[in-house]
Amino acid sequence: MTIGVKKVARPEQMSFGESLYLLEIVKGLAVTMGHFLHNAAHNKDIPTIEYPEVRRTMPARFRGCHRLMKRPNGAPRCVACYMCATACPAKCITIVAGESPDPAVEKYPVRFDIDMLRCVFCGQCVEACPCDAIRMDTGWYTPPEDTREKLIFMIDKLLEK
Amino acid sequence: MNPQVFDIAVAVARVAVFFAFVFGLVVVMTWVERKGAAYMQDRRGPNRASIFGVTLFGMFHPLADALKFLFKEDFIPDGAHRLFYQLAPMFALAPAILTMAVVPFGPPVTIAGKTIALQIADLNVGILYLFAVSGMAVYGVVLAGWSSNSKYPLLGGIRSSAQMISYEVSMGLSIMGILMVFQSVRLSEITLGQGELLFGILPKWGVFVQPLGFILFLTALYAEANRTPFDLPEGESEIVAGYHLEYASFKFSMFMMAEYIHMVVGAAVVATMFFGGWQFPYLADKGFVFPGGASFAVPAAAVLILRIGSFVGKTLFFCWLYVWIRWTIPRFRYDQVMRLGWKVMLPLSLLNIFVTGLVLLFIDKGGF
Repeated sequence: MTIGVKKVARPEQMSFGESLYLLEIVKGLAVTMGHFLHNAAHNKDIPTIEYPEVRRTMPARFRGCHRLMKRPNGAPRCVACYMCATACPAKCITIVAGESPDPAVEKYPVRFDIDMLRCVFCGQCVEACPCDAIRMDTGWYTPPEDTREKLIFMIDKLLEK
Repeated sequence: MNPQVFDIAVAVARVAVFFAFVFGLVVVMTWVERKGAAYMQDRRGPNRASIFGVTLFGMFHPLADALKFLFKEDFIPDGAHRLFYQLAPMFALAPAILTMAVVPFGPPVTIAGKTIALQIADLNVGILYLFAVSGMAVYGVVLAGWSSNSKYPLLGGIRSSAQMISYEVSMGLSIMGILMVFQSVRLSEITLGQGELLFGILPKWGVFVQPLGFILFLTALYAEANRTPFDLPEGESEIVAGYHLEYASFKFSMFMMAEYIHMVVGAAVVATMFFGGWQFPYLADKGFVFPGGASFAVPAAAVLILRIGSFVGKTLFFCWLYVWIRWTIPRFRYDQVMRLGWKVMLPLSLLNIFVTGLVLLFIDKGGF
C-alpha cells in the first residue's frame, strides 16, 4: 500500500438537498466567513511569517551559511589543509596558505574565500574538516546582496559570525 | 437664484456625488477583495504599501496599483488590430459607468421649494435602460478578445459572449416578477412600492415578494459581471487571463475598473429592486411606525440620513457578497454554466413569471 493514500467514500448520487446547491453554498459561505472572522479577530493566528522582518528559526542541524571557528587567542582554528576545498563538489572554496606566526601552529589561511553563488550547502566541507574549523550552524540562509562580489565571503566575514 | 442655473447645479452635483460614491467604492473594493481573500484563506494579504510608515491594513495598495498602472509601458502587441485594440477598454468601461445613472440613492428631497430626486436620471424606461446599457458591455470583452490577435483572449471573448447572452435572457425574465408586482419599470417607483408592508408585518421588499426571482437575478448578475463562479472568460487555469491577456498598463486597469463598477452598480441594483433601496424597515416619512401600532417620531433630517445610509449599507453588503462568494465557490465547468443558464435558470424564471401572474390574477388583484 502506498504511503499516504486515504480512501474517501464518495456518495454515488447527490441527495436532493445537495443537488439544489443553494443550501450547500450557504454552508460554504459559513465556512469562509468563519475563517475570515477568526483571522480578522486573531491576527496572530495567521501562520504566515512576514519574511524579511521575521525569519523562521531553523532547527539546530540546519545547514546555513558558513562560519570559521577561532582559537582561544582569536586566531583562526583553520590550519589551511585544503581538505574542505578538495571535498567541495562545487569548487567554491579558495584557500591560500601562509606560515603561521604561532610556533605551535604550522600554517594558517591567508585567504579563505567561499563563493556563496556556487556553494550548494551540501556540508561536505564541514565533514571533511579535521579540526572543526568550519561550521554551517549560523542558521542564516539566502543572503541577499546587490552585487556578485559581495556574495564571495572573505575570511574576515566568515570569522566574525 | 436663476432656476436654470439651480437645475444644472443640482444635476452636476448628483452626477458628482454618485460618481464619487461608485468610484470610491471601486477603489475600496479592490482592497476588500484582496484582504477578504487573504483572511478567508488564512493569509495576511496586502500590508506593505505605506505612507510615512502608516500602512492602515494595506489600504494604500489600490493607490500604489493605480500609480503602477499609470507608469507602465503602454504597448500594442504585433498583429493586433490597432484601432479596435485601443477601443475595447473604452467599450468595456463606458457602459459600466453609464449603468449607474438610474439607481436612486435616496428619497426625493425638497430644497428651496423644489423636489429633487436623489437619482442621476429618473428615466421612464428605468430598468430597461440598465439592461440595454449593461448588455453593451459584452462588446468590450469580445472586441478585446478578437483584436488582440492571440488565441487565449479570443477563447475568452467567445466564452464571454456566449455566457453573457445566455444569462441576459434569464436576467431579464427574472426581473419580470418584480415589475409585475410593483407595476412599474422605474426604479424610483419600485423603491417607493417597497415601503409598504406585506401582510402587515414584513416590509414589502422584493426579496419577500419574489424570493425565487431574487435568487435567479443574483445568479444572473454574477454571470453578467463575470464573477466567480461564472468567471470563465478569465479562467486563468485554462486560458491564462482570457480577454484582457494582451493588455497592460492603464488599458488593463480600465478592464478591472469596468468589472468593479459592474459589481458596485449590480450590488446597488439588487439592493434597490429586492431589498427596498433607500427604504429603512418600518421607517415612514415622519418616523418609525411598527406593525404593533407603536410609533415614534424622527426628525426629517435623520430620516433622510437613515434612508441614504440604508441604501449605502445594503450596497456595501452586496459588494461584500461578491467577494464572499468568489472565495467560497469554485468556478463552474463551461458546459455546467451553459446547462445552468438554459436548462435551469430559463425554465425557473418562466415559471416564476407564470406563478406571479396567477397570484396577481386570482389571489391579489391589482398588486399585493
